[in-house]
Amino acid sequence: MAVKEYAGKIIELDADGNLANLNEWNKDVAKAVAVEEGIEDLTERHWAVINYMRKEFSEKGDAPSIRKMTKESGVDTKELYALFPKGPAKKAARIAGLPKPKGCI
Amino acid sequence: MDESIKKISIVVSKGSLDGIYPGLIMANGARMEGIEVTLFFTFFGLHGVIDKKMDKIKVATVGNPAMCVPSAIGPGLPTWMGAIPGMSWFATGMMKKEMEKLDIPPVREFITMIHDTGCEIYACKATVEMFHLTKKDFCPEVDDIISVGQFYEKSAGAQIIFT
Repeated sequence: MAVKEYAGKIIELDADGNLANLNEWNKDVAKAVAVEEGIEDLTERHWAVINYMRKEFSEKGDAPSIRKMTKESGVDTKELYALFPKGPAKKAARIAGLPKPKGCI
Repeated sequence: MDESIKKISIVVSKGSLDGIYPGLIMANGARMEGIEVTLFFTFFGLHGVIDKKMDKIKVATVGNPAMCVPSAIGPGLPTWMGAIPGMSWFATGMMKKEMEKLDIPPVREFITMIHDTGCEIYACKATVEMFHLTKKDFCPEVDDIISVGQFYEKSAGAQIIFT
């Protein structure tokens, strides 16, 4: 299994390059992963999405669908794509320290 | 070499529920992966973006030998039964219920959602003329009515998927 250093921590990654262990995640790790994804600054709006995704994941065991996310996080589709331009589901999950979402929608 | 898909163009040519949804799901799924998408509606596929039709999209039960009840692995529905009045309405209702459970939105909401992801949506000029339609007949998400030539121009560098 691959390991990589984020924010001074050696972190184990899964096959998709996402964090292998949810509990190794913290805000500094998120910031470091975000930079890697081309997002220099995580704004309050980014955090709204990240926190919502983490909450959903801890309750349901999978990342929410985009539809659910836009309905419940208060961030609409357009903004979501503006915040995470290269694919919100995948990128946001990675920054949130979650595995790649399994859903199709 | 990076062989990941960067851009796709999806053509939706059929107007049944099972004709329209695959294209929409693929378009939305591509955007979720960060792939650039253009959606092109032609022939009866146009029903997916015609304002007065898009909320009434149905599953075709006539001439559909894959139709099974109550689910895909259930016994096949005798094809002649597909012609019973109300059968298409009933099958559509069943399918929509299952789709809602999977968080697949109704056509209108899905089109809005896909358009909001930055996907461009076009209607085929030849069909629009053949069906005597105008831009006003379409939902506001339709960006333009374009010719086949323009479709290919917009698809430069894209992989084209015909559904």
